[in-house]
Amino acid sequence: FYLTPPQVNSILKANEYSFKVPEFDGKNVSSILGFDSNQLPANAPIEDRRSAATCLQTRGMLLGVFDGHAGCACAQAVSERLFYYIAVSLLPHETLLEIENAVESGRALLPILQWHKHPNDYFSKEASKLYFNSLRTYWQELIDLNSGETTDVREALINAFKRLDNDISLEAQVGDPNSFLNYLVLRVAFSGATACVAHVDGVDLHIANTGDSRAMLGVQEEDGSWSAVNLSYDHNAQNEHEVERLKMEHPKSEEKSLVKQDRLLGLLMPFRAFGDVKFKWSIELQKRVIESGPDQLNDNEYTKFIPPNYHTPPYLTAEPEVIHHKLRPQDKFLVLATDGLWETMHRQDVARIVGEYLTGVHHQQPIAVGGYKVTLGQMHGLLTERRARISSVFEDQNAATHLIRHAVGNNEFGTVDHERLSKMLSLPEELARMYRDDITIIVVQFNSHVIGACQNEE
Amino acid sequence: AAGMFLRLLSDVQWRAASPKWRGVTGSRRGTSTTAEPHPVSLPAEAQVVICGGGITGTSVAYHLSKMGWKDIVLLEQGRLAAGTTRFCAGIVSTARPVSIELKMAHYSNKLYQQLEQETGVPTGYTKTGSLSLAQTQDRLISLKRIASSLNVMGIPCEIITPKQAVQLHPLINIHDLVGAMYVPEDALVTSANVSLALATAASRNGVQIHERTSVSHVTVQKGRVTGVETDRGRIQCQYFVNCAGQWAYELGHSGEEPVHIPLHACEHFYLLTHPLTEPLSSSLPTVVDPDGRIYIRNWQGGILSGGFEKNPKPLFTEGRNQLEIQNLQEDWDHFGPLLSALLRRMPGLEALQILQLVNCPESFTPDMRCIMGESPTAQGYFVLAGMNSAGISYGGGAGKYLAEWMVNGYPSDNVWPLDLKRFGTLQSSRTFLRHRVMEVMPLMCDLKVPRWDFQTGRQLRTSPLYDRLDAQGARWMEKHGFERVKYFVPPGKDLLDLDHSKTFYKPDWFDIVGAEVKCCKEAVCVIDMSSFTKFEISSTGDQALESLQYLFSNDLDVPVGHVVHTGMLNEKGGYENDCSIARLSKRSFFMISPTDQQVHCWAWLKNRLPDDSNLTLEDVTWKYTALNLIGPRAVDVLSELSYAPMTAEHFPSLFCKEMSVGYANGIRVMSITHTGEPGFVLYIPIEYALHVYNEVMNMGQKYGIRNAGYYALRSLRIEKFFAFWGQDLDAFTTPMECGREFQVKLEKGMEFVGQEALLEQKQNGVYKRFTMFILEDHDTDMDLWPWWGEPIFRNGRYVGKTTSSAYSYTLERHVCLGFVHNFDEKTGEELVVTTDFINQGEYEIDIAGQRFQAKAKLYPFSSLFTQRRRKDEVELSGYQRE
Repeated sequence: FYLTPPQVNSILKANEYSFKVPEFDGKNVSSILGFDSNQLPANAPIEDRRSAATCLQTRGMLLGVFDGHAGCACAQAVSERLFYYIAVSLLPHETLLEIENAVESGRALLPILQWHKHPNDYFSKEASKLYFNSLRTYWQELIDLNSGETTDVREALINAFKRLDNDISLEAQVGDPNSFLNYLVLRVAFSGATACVAHVDGVDLHIANTGDSRAMLGVQEEDGSWSAVNLSYDHNAQNEHEVERLKMEHPKSEEKSLVKQDRLLGLLMPFRAFGDVKFKWSIELQKRVIESGPDQLNDNEYTKFIPPNYHTPPYLTAEPEVIHHKLRPQDKFLVLATDGLWETMHRQDVARIVGEYLTGVHHQQPIAVGGYKVTLGQMHGLLTERRARISSVFEDQNAATHLIRHAVGNNEFGTVDHERLSKMLSLPEELARMYRDDITIIVVQFNSHVIGACQNEE
Repeated sequence: AAGMFLRLLSDVQWRAASPKWRGVTGSRRGTSTTAEPHPVSLPAEAQVVICGGGITGTSVAYHLSKMGWKDIVLLEQGRLAAGTTRFCAGIVSTARPVSIELKMAHYSNKLYQQLEQETGVPTGYTKTGSLSLAQTQDRLISLKRIASSLNVMGIPCEIITPKQAVQLHPLINIHDLVGAMYVPEDALVTSANVSLALATAASRNGVQIHERTSVSHVTVQKGRVTGVETDRGRIQCQYFVNCAGQWAYELGHSGEEPVHIPLHACEHFYLLTHPLTEPLSSSLPTVVDPDGRIYIRNWQGGILSGGFEKNPKPLFTEGRNQLEIQNLQEDWDHFGPLLSALLRRMPGLEALQILQLVNCPESFTPDMRCIMGESPTAQGYFVLAGMNSAGISYGGGAGKYLAEWMVNGYPSDNVWPLDLKRFGTLQSSRTFLRHRVMEVMPLMCDLKVPRWDFQTGRQLRTSPLYDRLDAQGARWMEKHGFERVKYFVPPGKDLLDLDHSKTFYKPDWFDIVGAEVKCCKEAVCVIDMSSFTKFEISSTGDQALESLQYLFSNDLDVPVGHVVHTGMLNEKGGYENDCSIARLSKRSFFMISPTDQQVHCWAWLKNRLPDDSNLTLEDVTWKYTALNLIGPRAVDVLSELSYAPMTAEHFPSLFCKEMSVGYANGIRVMSITHTGEPGFVLYIPIEYALHVYNEVMNMGQKYGIRNAGYYALRSLRIEKFFAFWGQDLDAFTTPMECGREFQVKLEKGMEFVGQEALLEQKQNGVYKRFTMFILEDHDTDMDLWPWWGEPIFRNGRYVGKTTSSAYSYTLERHVCLGFVHNFDEKTGEELVVTTDFINQGEYEIDIAGQRFQAKAKLYPFSSLFTQRRRKDEVELSGYQRE
């Protein structure tokens, strides 16, 4: 039994989303042309989340992928909330005041973010009030703290990540009178999520990463070939600096038990994450919260289980590592993806596949005869082949979908094998997770003209 | 060789007297390049300044100087023949569907042939002949039509079988061909050298040529050219000739008073190869495969092959910006389909090695015909540009016609199809041009069937009734930007397939139009005729009457309320315009002319009316919607709507009155229909248009009213032997030659333009005669339909061509209109055509090589048509336009 190509396509395209930055007077003045995103579930329900939004009160665009574990609650909450925390952190003092005054006097709020969401990307209605109050408390504190200094993006990103994680933790400790919400905030806190977020403003690209999702820049070399530049470091056992950091933060006596089987305390793959209070709270706090919590929480073996060798919490942080990159005209695109992609594909291949896809859709490299000896017949063959290639590339209208197709369906020769693709996609739910992870991808395409122009101005 | 020449001649001031120049031609020493000569300063004054040193500019200079004008300066911004001329494929082909273009190409061919001998400049002229291939029967028909017109012009031409074709060119694959046309005298040239040869001859005749001099703008004062501003100073001049090729549009717009030259450039690609292992003979004919959209000529032992793709790439829409010609890129992916067509036609070329893919922009015009003539707004400002990729074929002839125009005031043949004044500002929008040329360029190869319409740049000018008519099934065509109804598809009838209408045979609308014609004959029809050009001429005193009496051949001093059909003639008595004039009051006149006369007629009047502030000329075309009520019941409809008696006693033929129709007052009603049928035209101020239309349709219901279109009108007017300007009549046709003496008042008591010529004709007789032909043995269902341009044979000898044709639903026969000449059997000299000459001949009409017997008539069949009025009231005008 095989899926037909249209069936394969409908599965692959179910979650695809594209956004094109609107043009003004026929010109796109943004450094971003637009982005394509998509996700392919392996877990049921999928534990990955994605977000994209334009900052309305400051310049720039935010894009992020979030990989949840132990459920999707934390990833969901982070995908809804994190960009607000970042946007607020970036706002100048006057704007914060204006917003606070508006809330105070019951006037309409200035919109802070314009979301670019796939219909399947939902926001929790029930928690919005709770989330809003926490956010308001944050900006009120920012107003009180008014440093008078202009906001540094790096700092804003770090503050936002830490603050949100802190709020998640606090909300779970305080609880909520509404039992549904009470259970929700606990699920958020006890599950976890990594986050890889890009902030693009003109030629300034900041990547804030917590965990093992990855940001990668696609660069077109002068000879037209593609190369990949990492813009994030994985926070896991393969990263020596992370292991070092952990060791520094805990007594030498724990050195051996900190990382076991490449996992934090032998349990957790990412070394940084949102939520996961089991790795952050003291044992007493965990026990108290669980005991006073709803029955469902008490019945859950995972939440009740205290990690072994748990002596000096916290073992986990949500603080991101921020990398700043000045965009150049040769930087054509950015790929943000959860580890589901990076497990199956090398970044070099990702750069090549996306690069060729994007140039194939928009323009193939023109052929020039130059001084070569080419016959009419050879040229004819070459052109026919190019036309055929264009038509097959057009099967995908979305770079992220194209990448997923390769990630799931590539055979040993690096080309998409329909049989393999069909098999992988028709795996029963319970088996799927063993062959592949959730995959979430955002491909941001840069506007080389604008970037080139900005560069010349500088 | 071309490159060599260019390098040698750069920066040399071109003057025969200059010793440097002589040195270059005489010995062709390479040394002159080492010493850069000082550019000679520009003269302060000249009679003529020509801008552009390509084939057109040098051809104009050549012909002007030959005709005796000496004080000419030619300016070229770069180097001579270094633009499109240098890059073009160098094919001289006479196989052109439009007669005037065919004549130009024929002349060019003869000119180039002797040019090397005349100038000493090698032009690379080789008589190779050309083969046009047909992959379909329809294509073969169109080739046969061209072959017919080439043959009667004395240009050898043959329709041959595929097997004969392969004997002429062994590389052709013939398996998909149904036939071909062979024109043995077509030639190849090195285009740049032809241009240089023309420049050389012009230079010897005294023309000053300055390279690296660009014109910034032309100055105009009081509607006359006064001079040219260049980057090297000003030149005073009386005449300016814009031969700037693809830059002509921009140059036209650079002055204070813009001159609109509607053309737009497209990228054009052709391929050059290395020689074949056994190099191709330079005498091998050029192959044109229009169905494959390609042409192939031999080139230095290899081939040169280009074409006209379906998806052209327009460029320079924003003006001369990013790119210079030299930097244009090859685009192989774009050329792919043409390469496929080439290898399909000549599979043996697979192993041939590519030399280069050349990207050479060509300029195209909105109707695929080149642009020549004088600006309607600036006297002395002439234009020759927009060659639609046939610059070499047309260059020689076009230059000759333009030179004649400038020197004599008119060219030696009817060039109205190419006249700049067929366009106005409305064709000058960049967006329009960009869209239109994307349709025009593929059309170079598309099959040209009767009655095709452009699809782009439509719905620009519309009547206020457009939506109403469209909703009732109107099918549209366009004239001068105005949408006009062809016919109405009746409700319930399936939508007609557009492709199906593309036929040389009986079209699918045959019965639809038949029904509309029948309704015009028996009941009443409404045709929206708002597109006509409408002028008002008025004055405080008698100035209007006096001026018009001088400009028009008929007597306009008629009682107020009368309508006069009259021509506006040139000095030779030819029709510059054909119109109806209503005398609205003692001092004001309302003039109705053909749609495409808007610019020409305006300029003609403006330039000839006295400069008198008491005399005003106003274009009121946009102010009125015109509804033509045709048919015996029109009178009933109108009298019921106006409560006024409309019968012949109260409202005789050729009468005009303002009255109310429905609630609307001030409707100008004229008892003319442009068809010879009874009826009225209503000139309605546009805000009343919908109201009056609705009233007419409601009231008309009980009289069987229906909508009709121009196809019905056309059939009606042609069976009544009505000529129309622009198709049958032109500046070379006098009223005497088309049986319209009655529209001329030679004795009206004052002199008028063309009077002398007409008097002379009256005395000496005419040399051609407008004649009506009824096809005898033509099967409407099975035979090819006539269109126009079919040769007419009298007693087996060629005597002229048809100018229009239509199926007459009344006669149930095809009717062709055309001119009969009397060529002397031995000398070919034109002799007087008498009535006897017409009546005593046996006639045949040649449709795509097949001859049909025809009966000639000089007067319409009055007996065949029901005469509801007395004969003198019937519109005997023979006046019509489409």
